[in-house]
Amino acid sequence: MQLKNNNQSLLQKIAPFIGLILIIVIITILNPGFLSVSNLMNVLRQVSINALIAFGMTFVILTGGIDLSVGATLALTGAVTAGMMASGIDPIFAMLLGLLLGAILGAINGIIIAKGKVAPFIATLATMTIYRGLTLVYTDGRPISGLGDSLTFQMLGKGYFLGIPIPVVTMIASFGILYFILKKTTFGRRVYAIGGNEEASILSGINADRIKIYVYSLLGLLAALASLILTSRLNSAQPTAGEMFELDAIAAVVLGGTSLTGGRGWIVGTLIGALIIGVLNNGLNLIGVPSFFQQVVKGAVILLAVLLDRKKTT
Amino acid sequence: MIKMTDISKSFSGNKVLKSVHFNLEKGEIHALMGENGAGKSTLMKVMSGIYTRDSGTIEVKGQKVDFTSPKQAEEAGIAVIHQELNILPHLSIADNLFLGREETIGRTGILKTKQMEKKTRQILLDLGLDVNPSEPASTLSVGKQQIVEIAKAISVDAEVIIMDEPTAALTDREIDSLFKTIRELQKRGVSFIYISHRMEEIFSLCDRITILRDGEFVGERKISETSFDEIVQMMVGRELGDRFPERKSTIGEIKLAVKGLNRKDCFEDISFELRRGEVLSIAGLMGAGRTEVAQSLFGYKKLDGGTIEFDGKQVKIDTPRKAKEMGIGYVTEDRKSEGLVVDFTVEENVSMTNFAAISKNGLISKDKERKLYDNMVKRLGIRTSGPDQTAKSLSGGNQQKVVIAKWLGIEPELLILDEPTRGVDVGAKKEIYSIINELAERGVAILMISSELPEVIGMADRVLVMHEGKITAELPKEEMTQERIMHFATGGGKLAVEKQ
Repeated sequence: MQLKNNNQSLLQKIAPFIGLILIIVIITILNPGFLSVSNLMNVLRQVSINALIAFGMTFVILTGGIDLSVGATLALTGAVTAGMMASGIDPIFAMLLGLLLGAILGAINGIIIAKGKVAPFIATLATMTIYRGLTLVYTDGRPISGLGDSLTFQMLGKGYFLGIPIPVVTMIASFGILYFILKKTTFGRRVYAIGGNEEASILSGINADRIKIYVYSLLGLLAALASLILTSRLNSAQPTAGEMFELDAIAAVVLGGTSLTGGRGWIVGTLIGALIIGVLNNGLNLIGVPSFFQQVVKGAVILLAVLLDRKKTT
Repeated sequence: MIKMTDISKSFSGNKVLKSVHFNLEKGEIHALMGENGAGKSTLMKVMSGIYTRDSGTIEVKGQKVDFTSPKQAEEAGIAVIHQELNILPHLSIADNLFLGREETIGRTGILKTKQMEKKTRQILLDLGLDVNPSEPASTLSVGKQQIVEIAKAISVDAEVIIMDEPTAALTDREIDSLFKTIRELQKRGVSFIYISHRMEEIFSLCDRITILRDGEFVGERKISETSFDEIVQMMVGRELGDRFPERKSTIGEIKLAVKGLNRKDCFEDISFELRRGEVLSIAGLMGAGRTEVAQSLFGYKKLDGGTIEFDGKQVKIDTPRKAKEMGIGYVTEDRKSEGLVVDFTVEENVSMTNFAAISKNGLISKDKERKLYDNMVKRLGIRTSGPDQTAKSLSGGNQQKVVIAKWLGIEPELLILDEPTRGVDVGAKKEIYSIINELAERGVAILMISSELPEVIGMADRVLVMHEGKITAELPKEEMTQERIMHFATGGGKLAVEKQ
């Protein structure tokens, strides 16, 4: 009995990986140029922003929550950081403040959800609107540019380390740290516990409210990090930045096999899920699918993957 | 009525049923007993078409049948009432009764609500239940919901009703009225298969009993020709000895003293003392406020007033976390919803209360975690296939031991146990009693809430009886009898409160 369960969950775990390979094979057959080193680096760089957010989203979804406000958080932190830099504040200090702001915006979500007992979907739907609105107020609806030539800031989005784009390095480093946290720390274990059974967790003496506030803060922090990379790449902050990013992040988490009801899943799957979305975006371009039609294909692939996954679990 | 011969069934090479026989006569109440994992549920699932057998024959009314779906079994007149009731709480009683076969005007889909409510009323009145069928089903007590389920079964002409642990969540009064309904239907020729761990009920209700052990047929007896001891021996395959093991504990100083505890609409004026090494039981009917008192003592639900003294010092316990730090453990009433993360492994569940012991600076030490697990498995005799087995695939008795294990790790000084043996088979029950005794002997103060009076009388040094949120009596061991406890639990003793 038990052996069978383990096998099943193993198959479930590698299913996203098989899907990714399959998509890569199909795209490569249609356009061998996909596999060139420069294109692969390109894909990874494109993936990095969504992956960072999706990593944080994994924690939130594992606790049984959801966060729709990450796109708006990204826009607001990007705008405020850019605003500070444009007004001459030390860029490194500005970036640190930006990260802090991201964590604070996330903590606000967490506090509303944990202490106010508001359903995460509703709470973050509201803060999404508020954060986006604040961004528009702050920027007056216009992009912020003239961010100066701080090397650190420019490197963040455009630099290379040992031939690997810095955003990719950031993504891999974050992945390593977050993987470790989920797997080896009491915090990670508590995240799973709360998603698995919140009542039993509280009755075991776990401070569920605090853990929830932490995971939303972590996601806010990662969204701010993604926003710094994006702002650096574009050399400006857009008030409309990050629209629909929350959905790409959620899609990556779900493609990776993490359960939306919480308690089950892993961050490796999320990385693969983000790669699937990135490879699709890039590959559909390469094989010349018209851009309007790309969305249809992307949506269909996500649906197919999730349906296959469900089939296997039953 | 039903004759099952040589039924075998395996799951991935694991033989769960080995040539099992089962015979059900028309109009009899037939008990099916066995320890958890003996194959009772599997046998019933084969009978009701949820599983298909690997070999053997099933005859219904002398005709061989081959159910491949529950629907076919239902058409043959076999209905199952599961432990978790299939009642939709927000729908009306009539809607529940007619769910899936609503009466409509022609084929329009427009409901004939009045007509269905009228019929519902009549069907339920026949079963001795006088309710307003347009009320939501959630307004009924669990016991009454169960009768609605039975009504559902007989209104589709079920001739065989399988009931799985029907009384686990019922009060004694509700059990009485359930039994009355069952006997009434028996007179009309309906047969029952009754699965339960409660020996007293089986002896008072059933005509015959079939016993399974490890997937094998052990025997069939007429209830009138067998005894409690014989059945237990057949179930466990050995002499179990005393049902309640002996305890040699010395009762020490006062560990916990509460005065005038109250919480609005739940309980009021709760005062008692609990000493080290003592087992204090709280008896009472469901809804008497016993669990609520435990939850408040553990900091899970707020108190509106009263004082708690722990080791002689007045304390405020406002979160379970704080309770845990003080050395209080709480084995919850419902292990699946409050005790376990069912998707977690056994090891991870045990760790949940013990992070301090298995981690340093927030990092979990795999070695320490495994050591704690090994310790607990050995100490409590938890039967698992290994540390990575998920909690949901354990039997009820072993799940309960895992919940207890969670709290033994913190070396509690006060352990609250809420219905510690509910849904647990006799063998595991005795093991749990031994664990409780061992803790008491070590000086742990035990507060045990239980609805099973034999258990209260067998285990407690002293019992508090609650009725509608108040303590109506406190009885020392010498004065405990089932009748006396019931008397106070039903409110009979309000005027004659006995206190030493």
